[in-house]
Amino acid sequence: MKAVKRYFPIFVMPTLIAFLIAFAVPFCLGLFLSFTEFRTVTDARFVGLENYIKIFTSDETFLNSLWFTVKFAVTTVVTINLFAFLLALLLTRNIFGTRLFRTVFFMPNLIGGIVLGYIWQLIINGVLFRFNYSITSDAQFGFWGLVILMNWQMIGYMMIIYIAGLSNVSTDVLEAAKVDGAGALTTLFKVTIPSVMPSITICLFLTITNAFKLFDQNLALTAGAPGGRTRMMALDIYETFYGSTGAEGIGQAKSVIFFLLVAAVSLTQLMLTRRKEVES
Amino acid sequence: MKRIISVILSAVCVFSCFLLSGCGEKNNNALVYYLNFKPESAAVYEELAKKYEQEKGVKVKVVTAAANTYEQTLKSEIAKTDAPTIFQVNGPIGYEAWKDYCLDIKDSKFYSYLSDKSLAIKDDNGVYAVPYVVEGYGIIYNNAIMDKYFALKNRQSKINSMGEIKSFEALKTVVEDMTKHKKELGIDGVFASTSLSSGEDWRWQTHLLNIPLYYEYKKSEQDPTLSLLDAKEIAFKYEKNFKNIFDLYIENSVTSKTLLGSKSVADSMAEFALGKAAMVQNGNWAWSQISGVEGNTVKAENIKMLPIFTGIDGEEKQGICIGTENYLAINKNASEEKRKASLEFLDWLFSSETGKKYVTEKLGFISPFNTFKVGERPNDPLASEIDRYLKDDATETVPWIFTAFPSENFKKEVGSGLLDYVQGQADWDALKKTIIDKWKSERG
Repeated sequence: MKAVKRYFPIFVMPTLIAFLIAFAVPFCLGLFLSFTEFRTVTDARFVGLENYIKIFTSDETFLNSLWFTVKFAVTTVVTINLFAFLLALLLTRNIFGTRLFRTVFFMPNLIGGIVLGYIWQLIINGVLFRFNYSITSDAQFGFWGLVILMNWQMIGYMMIIYIAGLSNVSTDVLEAAKVDGAGALTTLFKVTIPSVMPSITICLFLTITNAFKLFDQNLALTAGAPGGRTRMMALDIYETFYGSTGAEGIGQAKSVIFFLLVAAVSLTQLMLTRRKEVES
Repeated sequence: MKRIISVILSAVCVFSCFLLSGCGEKNNNALVYYLNFKPESAAVYEELAKKYEQEKGVKVKVVTAAANTYEQTLKSEIAKTDAPTIFQVNGPIGYEAWKDYCLDIKDSKFYSYLSDKSLAIKDDNGVYAVPYVVEGYGIIYNNAIMDKYFALKNRQSKINSMGEIKSFEALKTVVEDMTKHKKELGIDGVFASTSLSSGEDWRWQTHLLNIPLYYEYKKSEQDPTLSLLDAKEIAFKYEKNFKNIFDLYIENSVTSKTLLGSKSVADSMAEFALGKAAMVQNGNWAWSQISGVEGNTVKAENIKMLPIFTGIDGEEKQGICIGTENYLAINKNASEEKRKASLEFLDWLFSSETGKKYVTEKLGFISPFNTFKVGERPNDPLASEIDRYLKDDATETVPWIFTAFPSENFKKEVGSGLLDYVQGQADWDALKKTIIDKWKSERG
């Protein structure tokens, strides 16, 4: 015990320093900068709440992108979790080649967002060109393009989490259900799903936060075209920050709001699903 | 045993800290730190830095920002202790943003070399940024295809040579007739794709919009760029003319309208280089792109440039658009020693024999400095076209007043407005409104 105490700084310091430099300091600085007008982070001038007021009075892009992001988040959270769970159910049966399929489905997750965005842009444009359209012809194309892309990328990852959860469902309970005469659907809804609730919590958390903070894929696939109607919040913040002279503070204020929003949504979700988790 | 391990571990920890900070310091002894804007010349600048160190013994550090990320890079680099000593601003608007960092260089040799002193960016009595390259853009055309067209027996236009195209009317007649004969000419369309994908639309939202706005402010008493800089609102008086030329581009294009949103500048330069299109709007910087396309069929001697006609009165005297958006500034907050070294480096680059050779031959810049003699110009076909227009007394070149456009966001909104128009999601009046409204809100 004594030894642990003595060497405490050596073991904790590297992580603590990294945490301070890479997270705590930028976070506090960012919070401070959202109340200022600045060019570079060292020459800030305090302006109070002006930046926050401007977001809602003279800048309609933020609310538009917020609405787009919410639509996107709802769609992807539902589709990704649904497909991932179904795949997980399928791949936990004793079918030939499950391991191979698990690997294949997981693989898209290993490709970076920008690359994925460009690959899907090529694929989608390749299809749409036949009908004389491109992905920027209509915001709907961009929206569904993003949904497909996210599904393709995230399903494998979520599937692995669900598989881990499913293989932990106790066979005793399943057998008991069978003996009691429960059908396949009843077993699924009354036994399996309640037992994998911890996995569902994690998957929902990951998909919701990922959907909200999506950036690379959005930038590479449509970059907001046409007319910024496929611009999500992270991209909107980026464009505000670098697009107009003197709008850095506004961009910073947007990102503070963005942080509060994502934190609120994901914490609410955690609370709600945690309540449903059961001990088996 | 455990003790020994932990001692070793901590020793490694401490040692690596030293190692890292040691590495960081190594780069600090460069007196000149040049933040380069042009990614295509990154390798040349590296070479230049080495050459300068050999000749003068002063270390020059060159960092190149990736395409379209100069502002971001500058923003983070300049906040560092080891900040860039030479950086670039893109005109009066760029200067507004960075004026707290620009040194007054009115007494420097570098500024004294500038042939036309009105080109520099001045504020009060000081000179804060100096242009280092002059560029020009217009409608680049492939003369071989034009000759083929003028030799056609069944053509309907009465125009017999490129020299006769001196107005929008003439251009339109020829272009539309060429579209009718595109099979015989072996082209897919007269104009290369009007690239409108995001980040690839600057030829329209910036360069093309320059022309109607130039005419709107041409008659004002002061310099048009300065009046535009003061303009809180624009009337966009020549919107019809902007529509004229833009419609001509998209109606006679290689690519159908609905697909333009996915095209890039590189795509349209490739179409031109491969002979699929006869004309493309771009500037002299595009030469490297044209010559770099594999299997290109365009011969250097056939590449010519035409002014962008839009149907405004008196345009028969209009030349191509010549100007600059590349200005160099010295970081005011750098140490005295570093500022001096930086100015010496620029002095060397634009006046010594070695420096000038690099500028004309490797960087391919047309320099606005009097240290360059008549023969010391890049000799690619597009640079020669600019020379031709500069010398031509019958025409008057159009200055680049887009350096006074309010912001990147303004240009971006114009670009997406154009895309909406092309795809039929908005009509021309909506676009006109976007341009006028966005100007007002971004300036405000």
